[in-house]
Amino acid sequence: MPYRLEVENLNVYFGESHILKDINININNNMVTSLIGPSGCGKSTFIRTLNRMNDTIPTFKKDGTVLLDGKDIYDPNVDVVDLRKKVGMVFQKPNPFPKSIFDNVAYGLGIHGVNDKDIISKKVEESLKAAALWDEVKDKLEMSAMGLSGGQQQRLCIARTIAVEPEVILMDEPCSALDPISTTKIEDLIHKLKNDYTIIIVTHNMQQATRVSKCTAFFLHGEIVESGLTDKLFMEPVDKRTEDYITGRFG
Amino acid sequence: MTEKKEDKFVQWVLFATGISSILIIILIIAFIFREGLPAILQIGFFNFIFGMVWNPDNGIYGVFPMIVGTLLTTLIALLFAVPLSLCCSIFLAEIAPPNMRKILKPTIQGLAGIPSVVYGFFGLVIIVPFMRIHFGGSGFSVLSASLILTVMILPTIISISEDALRSVPYEYNEASLALGATQWQTIKNVIFPAALPGIITAIILGMGRAIGETMAVIMVAGNVVQIPGSIFEPVRTLTSNIALEMGYATGIHYNALFATGIVLLTVIIILLLIANYINYKKRVTIGGGYL
Repeated sequence: MPYRLEVENLNVYFGESHILKDINININNNMVTSLIGPSGCGKSTFIRTLNRMNDTIPTFKKDGTVLLDGKDIYDPNVDVVDLRKKVGMVFQKPNPFPKSIFDNVAYGLGIHGVNDKDIISKKVEESLKAAALWDEVKDKLEMSAMGLSGGQQQRLCIARTIAVEPEVILMDEPCSALDPISTTKIEDLIHKLKNDYTIIIVTHNMQQATRVSKCTAFFLHGEIVESGLTDKLFMEPVDKRTEDYITGRFG
Repeated sequence: MTEKKEDKFVQWVLFATGISSILIIILIIAFIFREGLPAILQIGFFNFIFGMVWNPDNGIYGVFPMIVGTLLTTLIALLFAVPLSLCCSIFLAEIAPPNMRKILKPTIQGLAGIPSVVYGFFGLVIIVPFMRIHFGGSGFSVLSASLILTVMILPTIISISEDALRSVPYEYNEASLALGATQWQTIKNVIFPAALPGIITAIILGMGRAIGETMAVIMVAGNVVQIPGSIFEPVRTLTSNIALEMGYATGIHYNALFATGIVLLTVIIILLLIANYINYKKRVTIGGGYL
């Protein structure tokens, strides 16, 4: 099976600082890949490169290639809007819009030109069900999303992302602002979603990486030290630095 | 123990300064009412508010044309200024590159620092002759006054609504872009609605400035007490009325000018209440229900 994402010799700079160094990684289709590593090692910068969110930073520069389904996403002919529709993103801090629960999920449909009310309602319901939030909010869809708990808000953000039918979902430490129960719910959700989506998740929590992902990449100082199957990386790390990190000797 | 005393002292000072600003307002309003009410009582409420003639020499005092004048000049000024300032503030907050913003923002704020008599002078020398040549009449008109007011309230509305737009959390922006929205869709559907309460506040403050502006309006509005037949005819506003006649008014005439002040105050309060009501309504619907 071909890879969904292929990253070759990727280097990223913000102004003078060299953030990512010679990143090479292939991401499998319909599978969860974890990115672990200490703070400031470039994990977030890396996933933000995959949906070109770094483009909003004026000093951002990169070389190397990022292929999505074999096509270079930084090709001048690529429409960033289409790319971001295909590569959805869930942020560290839950960031629902100050709109109703329904409007939050419907937002992406509206901007991509879906106007039919029946289709929108159906899609909102499907997405909220897929994000395991439907039962909690079905009676208060017109309520402001700001009234939900942090964990519910994060699942709403996932529902909002799913609604536009992406192929890849990037998650930037989606549980770091959540309590353990909400975290469990999001992890269960990730298990459910992996059948339909390619998921890349940045996490600080190594247990979380072992629980949710098939593959893991370990980032350190802007480089990938080691990557491969999660079980193997945690049980028999090849690199000394990986071993030190996963056994808690630093980071 | 000394820290505790200091705390008490600071609390007391802050309380005193806070309460004194309220006292000052109450005293001013009380004074205006004390000086103005006798005139309203003597002339009669309806005769004063709805009277069409203002003729102090014959003891006839009706301010209705001036109420119309104030509302008309202000509303037309808002009609020009609101779209202009909103576009400008969106450009400044969301689109302008940082270097351009660094030049534009202080320039626009500088507009607010120009004394109103200078605006009036500009209007007198440039706008009034322009109106006379292109639209006939004397050139002293509702439109001339509105145009000057437009320029005068631009900086207020622009800088406050720009602040409102920039205080929308960046997370909303990111969330929208990550869903594949264009920059314009993001501004229109997320940032602008989230900033709307602040933008309405900006418009209210701009409106307040337009209603209260006196000098510049006196210089270009023509100051004829009449309900203008068109926007090219002269008008007198409530503030102009007070400023023009206060210098020589005595007796009931003097009281009638204070009564004009009462009317002005009432008009401003009514407009503020309307604006706040709209703001409240908008906040609820944009927020998408109850919180």
